[in-house]
Amino acid sequence: MIRINCPFCGLRDHTEFSYEGDATVEYPALDASEDAWFDAVFLRENPRGWHREYWRHGFGCGLFLEVERHMVTHEIRSVKIAHPGMAKVVAEADE
Amino acid sequence: MSGYRLPRGGRIDRSRAVSFTWDDTRYMGFTGDTVASALMARGERIIGRSFKYHRARGIMSAGVEESGAVVSLWSDARRVANVKATQAEIVPGLAVWGQNAWPSVRMDLGSINNLFGRFFGAGFYYKTFFGISGRGTWEWMQFEKLIRQAAGMGRASDKPDPDHYEIMHDHCDVLVVGSGPAGLSAAAALASQGMDVILAEQDFAVGGSILSGGSDDGGSASDAWLASTVEDLTAKGVRIWSRTTAFGLYDHGVVGLIERVTDHLEHPGDLPRERCRIVRARRIILATGAVERPFAFGDNDRPGVMLASSAATYVSRFGVAPGKRAVIGVNNDSGYASAMTLAQAGIETTLLDARASVPRSLASTAREAGIDVRAGMVPVQAIGSRGVRALDIGRYDGERALAEDRLPCDVIGVSGGWTPVMHLISHKGIKPAWNEELSAFIVEDTGIEPVALAGSAAGHFTTEAALKGGERAAAEAIKALTGKRRTKLPEPVTDWEAPLQPVWEIHEPDRKLKCFIDPQHDVTTEDVRLAHREGYVSVEHMKRYTTLGMATDQGKMGNVVGLALMAEAAGSTIPETGTTTFRPPYTPVSIGALAGDERGTLWRPTRHTPMRLEHEQLGCKFVDAGFWRRSWYYPEKGENLARAAKREAKAVRASVGMVDVSTLGKIMVQGPDATEFLNRVYSNPFAKLPVGKARYGLMLRDDGFVFDDGTTWRLTETDYFMTTTTANAGPVMLHLANLLQTRWPEMRVHITSVSDHWGGLAVAGPKAREVLDGACPDIDFSDDAMPFMGVRQGHLRVESGQDIPVMTARLSFSGEQAWEVMTPADYCPAMFRALLTRVRAAGGVPYGLEAMDCMRVEKGHVTGRELDGRTTAADIGLGMMASKKKPYIGRVLAGRPDLVREDRPTLVGLLPVEKGARFKAGAILFPQNESKGHGLGHVSSIADSPELGSWVGLGFVTGGLPKWEGKEISAENPIDGESTRVRVVSPHFFDPKGERMHG
Repeated sequence: MIRINCPFCGLRDHTEFSYEGDATVEYPALDASEDAWFDAVFLRENPRGWHREYWRHGFGCGLFLEVERHMVTHEIRSVKIAHPGMAKVVAEADE
Repeated sequence: MSGYRLPRGGRIDRSRAVSFTWDDTRYMGFTGDTVASALMARGERIIGRSFKYHRARGIMSAGVEESGAVVSLWSDARRVANVKATQAEIVPGLAVWGQNAWPSVRMDLGSINNLFGRFFGAGFYYKTFFGISGRGTWEWMQFEKLIRQAAGMGRASDKPDPDHYEIMHDHCDVLVVGSGPAGLSAAAALASQGMDVILAEQDFAVGGSILSGGSDDGGSASDAWLASTVEDLTAKGVRIWSRTTAFGLYDHGVVGLIERVTDHLEHPGDLPRERCRIVRARRIILATGAVERPFAFGDNDRPGVMLASSAATYVSRFGVAPGKRAVIGVNNDSGYASAMTLAQAGIETTLLDARASVPRSLASTAREAGIDVRAGMVPVQAIGSRGVRALDIGRYDGERALAEDRLPCDVIGVSGGWTPVMHLISHKGIKPAWNEELSAFIVEDTGIEPVALAGSAAGHFTTEAALKGGERAAAEAIKALTGKRRTKLPEPVTDWEAPLQPVWEIHEPDRKLKCFIDPQHDVTTEDVRLAHREGYVSVEHMKRYTTLGMATDQGKMGNVVGLALMAEAAGSTIPETGTTTFRPPYTPVSIGALAGDERGTLWRPTRHTPMRLEHEQLGCKFVDAGFWRRSWYYPEKGENLARAAKREAKAVRASVGMVDVSTLGKIMVQGPDATEFLNRVYSNPFAKLPVGKARYGLMLRDDGFVFDDGTTWRLTETDYFMTTTTANAGPVMLHLANLLQTRWPEMRVHITSVSDHWGGLAVAGPKAREVLDGACPDIDFSDDAMPFMGVRQGHLRVESGQDIPVMTARLSFSGEQAWEVMTPADYCPAMFRALLTRVRAAGGVPYGLEAMDCMRVEKGHVTGRELDGRTTAADIGLGMMASKKKPYIGRVLAGRPDLVREDRPTLVGLLPVEKGARFKAGAILFPQNESKGHGLGHVSSIADSPELGSWVGLGFVTGGLPKWEGKEISAENPIDGESTRVRVVSPHFFDPKGERMHG
């Protein structure tokens, strides 16, 4: 079990979250080329080291979080709210 | 008879006798006894039988490492198999059973396997798959059946578990695992600094190795120190959990523990049998101790051969003498204390020290106590198949020894060194390093983990060193948690008088001895060499080939010996050979405890629609659909499912019916960019949907396949009410949330799941308008006011005369003229009653899922059976819903060559050629007389259509209608040997032009 420090809810067990995929993928425009879409949908890096991934706090605030996690040690280096507007609001409220 | 109860001593309560049974015979023990100590006190020697050869197994240890005395406890449904007798407390009424033996462990006919031992070497099962060269596997397979009968361990009960379990969650500053000298001193140091501490102990008594020492040692870790420390810890609020095993160490300071709550209670009451405790600790100190290990010599598996320290534990902790004459074989200093304990209890004791130069002061103290200390001598072979009678001993030259003397004895204690218990830190993938001096794997560095090892788990094998190690680990934890710098305490050292001399196996010249390293699984030293000869060079492979360390004790005693022998066989060193990886659980864990309360409906909740009671009053039958209990059919007198559904479907087509559609997923999509958002997520255009209209939408996944379908109602300029299929309510919500939060954060759209907030009924049939006309004082249901796909909000007048808020859309799934009427969940019962009265008045009926499904198949409408994740819009005949003008999710990849191939299986209707013939969903479709290979496609849905008077089906056929329309193919169900000729037709069996729903 890993524990994720949700910026909105606090430190919680990963059982409250669902993994929602690779956060390093940049999805192309809807009318981009087939190659661009193929890369975005099917090709994934599998780094031995730091990686960014999305986790959604489904049994909490419901926010998608961008988590920086080490793929070998499972250490988590940073957690931020994926939506920049939401992140700003929460950061301001914390001040 | 061998062991006996000593007249005094031990940490048992002699005033409280406990009666239990051993294979139906009544025995007495004392409170504080384990099953092993109580049986030993009664002179029982054979407690178990080994896995393969059924050799007699006695008590080999006094703890979790036990590899011989493995038993079953309790009876019937509460029976637990493969329990270590050395761990189980005796309780009044406890039933203990020998296992893997017939008729009993004392007299076991299965031991005939022993005679065939030379066939059953390592990799026996593996080899049976290859068979005898040139003759195939048949004979081996027959042979295997016989042995399978005889091999095995205890049998689990096949009845449902009558006990309950629970999961509890905890937090603390520091979790200390193990309550020996190191754990206690660490906990005391932490508590004195105000730390929130949990101290977990797997035994039923706190104290660890202190409990095995002499009670009047007077040393720094005496009984008096133990008592005052426990008192002090309790006063400072330290949570001391006995009978609680830390079975797994996980990420970020999470530890899983199992507490055995009631097994020691005569009257457990309502308490759970076991409790799974999940602790989140900021720091963890593993003071898990060390396990003594044996070395291998001839027939070292005989009852009476045990670990030297365990023999002493029976004397000092349980007041039981393991025998009358003992021989202790050691290669290190620790065995001297064990021998002293036995000698002081009046047991005639001989000590064989493999080392030529013995520790001088220890040896002289031992001799003063009457122990016969023999330097440079080792055990060679134990004598006595049902229990040790004597021991052949010889002079050790560093590898071999020739038996030169026979000592009569009934107990043999062995000490080949100590193995720190590093299982928990190993769970985190941390590899230990070999320490030559201690002849043990030690973890020096735990890296980023908030974990430290202390005491003998860290290689500090003497009590003084363990106490200091505990304090040091505590100081480090305090520093990590508070930042307070304290004087750094020195690393403690194990100050043995003479260095340990590694001994793994005693060879005798010119004679092959049967030397065991895994007594439970019958793995011998020869098996390890055989594995090496057969090419197994990795220690992980050797383990699996020989099954060394794969029994219920997981090789806690013998693994290191096996590794050393593997290294020896390969001509390499132990560090080069490495160790196997430990994985959770440390000791076996009940599945029930891991599940806790999460069973039945607490694991799998039941969802009812808000109209549940109204359905039940009508005698509705329900069907499971995911978590939902959906209304299935409403039987009238004597009707079964088929007849009721047929009647309901006919009634809808003839007059009118109503069906609960509350299970549909419902999502409010709101905001200035809502229109643009919908236009991107649906494959068909939504930009020009006017307010007051609904539209059927098809949603694709990024990869171009169909994801979901449903209708979306435009309530205002910026408010949409989206419905999804029942099954995809959650996934669609997640998909939309993902898009808005990660991919298109600039879009000003808010989505809210309202699936549980609204319930709905569909009123369908030629008389649907008659039912609704006048039902809502503020809604005009006429064709002009509400054409097909029209949406209105207003009120429904219910029986009480009140008006309840509703929104309604003219939509049809059945193919009839129909409206979906939605109301907030709390109003649903009132809506149901109001509309049912009107439906009945028009001669209609309530109908269920079965009739609805039948009608949608007649119309060729798709559901999850067709939208199975492998179909494109064109495959299901909805290619025209894929816009060519706008970009949308899935459009690009839906254009991949394989997704637009002309020979893709596409949706068709299927009619049996012989009227009345039946076929099944899931059947494979083949051209006539060519039923081989993968076929043309499959049948996805079927229905017994009242309109067509025949079974009808939907399915997918390569090439689809253009290639096959009107042709006969075959629906094959090879499992049941059924074959039905079917004709390929349009999937729109009924009212293909849709005149009825538009009318």
